[in-house]
Amino acid sequence: MGKYLLIESRDPFDSADVRNSYELAQGLADDANEVTVFLVQNAVLPARKASSASGQVQDLASKATVLADDFSLRERGITGDELVKGVTSAEIGTVVDLSLEDGRKVIWH
Amino acid sequence: MPKVLSIVESAYRATLEEQDDTILWLNHMLKNNGLDVTILLRANAVNYLVKGQDATGLKFGTAELKHPPVIDKDVADLIEKGVPVYYVKEDADERGVPESKFIEGAKGISRKELPGLLEGFEHVWHW
Amino acid sequence: MATLTVALMDPPYETPATTTAFRIIDSALQKGHSVNVFAYEGAVNLAMAGQAPHANPVKGTTAEEEDHPTTKDWVASLFTTYPGKVQWINCGLCADERGANDAVPGPVRGSPKEFVEWINASDQTLVIPAK
Repeated sequence: MGKYLLIESRDPFDSADVRNSYELAQGLADDANEVTVFLVQNAVLPARKASSASGQVQDLASKATVLADDFSLRERGITGDELVKGVTSAEIGTVVDLSLEDGRKVIWH
Repeated sequence: MPKVLSIVESAYRATLEEQDDTILWLNHMLKNNGLDVTILLRANAVNYLVKGQDATGLKFGTAELKHPPVIDKDVADLIEKGVPVYYVKEDADERGVPESKFIEGAKGISRKELPGLLEGFEHVWHW
Repeated sequence: MATLTVALMDPPYETPATTTAFRIIDSALQKGHSVNVFAYEGAVNLAMAGQAPHANPVKGTTAEEEDHPTTKDWVASLFTTYPGKVQWINCGLCADERGANDAVPGPVRGSPKEFVEWINASDQTLVIPAK
C-alpha cells in the first residue's frame, strides 16, 4: 500500500482538468493506497457546501482524507460551518509534515 | 537513483519566448544528468504527439522568430534517448486528437491504469 | 531534521503559487528543516534586485506608507532569518533570457545538474507546476 499527498490548487470552475485529479485520487484510494488531498488556493472554493461542485468534493472525501488550507479558506471568507461534510481545515505545516513522511509521494496539481 | 514520472498537461505556453517546450527541455536535461525520467502527456499536452506541428512565421516588425519550437521532434528525441513517453488515451479522445497522426513510440494508457502506473515511481511531478 | 527541495516555476505577481510556495518554504524552515529552492522559468524573477515598491494612487499612499515588500524582500528574508538552512538556485539560462541575473544576496546561478544533485540528496522534492 502506497501513501500519497495530492495537493490540488485549482478549482473545477476554472480548470476542467481538476476532474482528472479527483478521479486519480479516488483511483489511488480504490487501489488501497492511503490518500490525502490538500486543497489550497482556489481549490478550497468547491469545498463550500453551497457550491454546485461540492458533491464532487464530498465524493472525494468519502474515499480520501480531504484537508483544506486554513489560510486559503480565511482569505476567501469561508468559515468552518460552510465546509462540505468530510473536509477539515488544516495548516500549511501539514503539507510539510506529510511531504517528509517516509515513502509518501507528493503530487501538486 | 529515484524513478521520476513527469506529467505534462499545459501546452503551447511560450511559443514566442522559448526555443522548446520548457518542460520537455528540462526533462531532457534531467535525463542527460542521469535522472531516470518518464514522461506522461495528458490534457492538452497530448497534442504534443501530433506529427507536423508548425509554429513558423512569427514576425513582428523586422524581428523574426527563425527557430520556433518543433514540439513533435522534441518528443521524438526524448523517445530516441530512451525516455518512455506515455499519453492518456481518454484525454486524446475527448479532444479529438487523431492517434493516427501521432509520432511513433509513445504508449497510450487509460485513466483507469494511471494509479497503477504511478506505483512504479518515487516521484510524480506535474510541471 | 530533513531536507526539502522545492522547484518553482511561476513568475511573481502573476499566480497564487508564489504565496503558497513561500508559506511552505517558511513553514519547513520554521520546523528546523533545510530547504533547497530550484527556481526555473519565471521564478528567477522572484529575487531580482532591481524590484522597487511603488506608491498607491488609488489609496493616496506613498511607497513608504504602503511599506509593501517586493518578492526580492521575501527571498532575502529567508536567508537572513534562517542562515545556513536555505539554498536557492536560479536556472542560469532562464535568468539570462529574462535579464534576471542581478539577484539579491542568497540565490546563485545554477542548472538542472544541481537540481538533480538535490533530488538525490533530499528527503522529498516538491514541484510546484505552472498553470
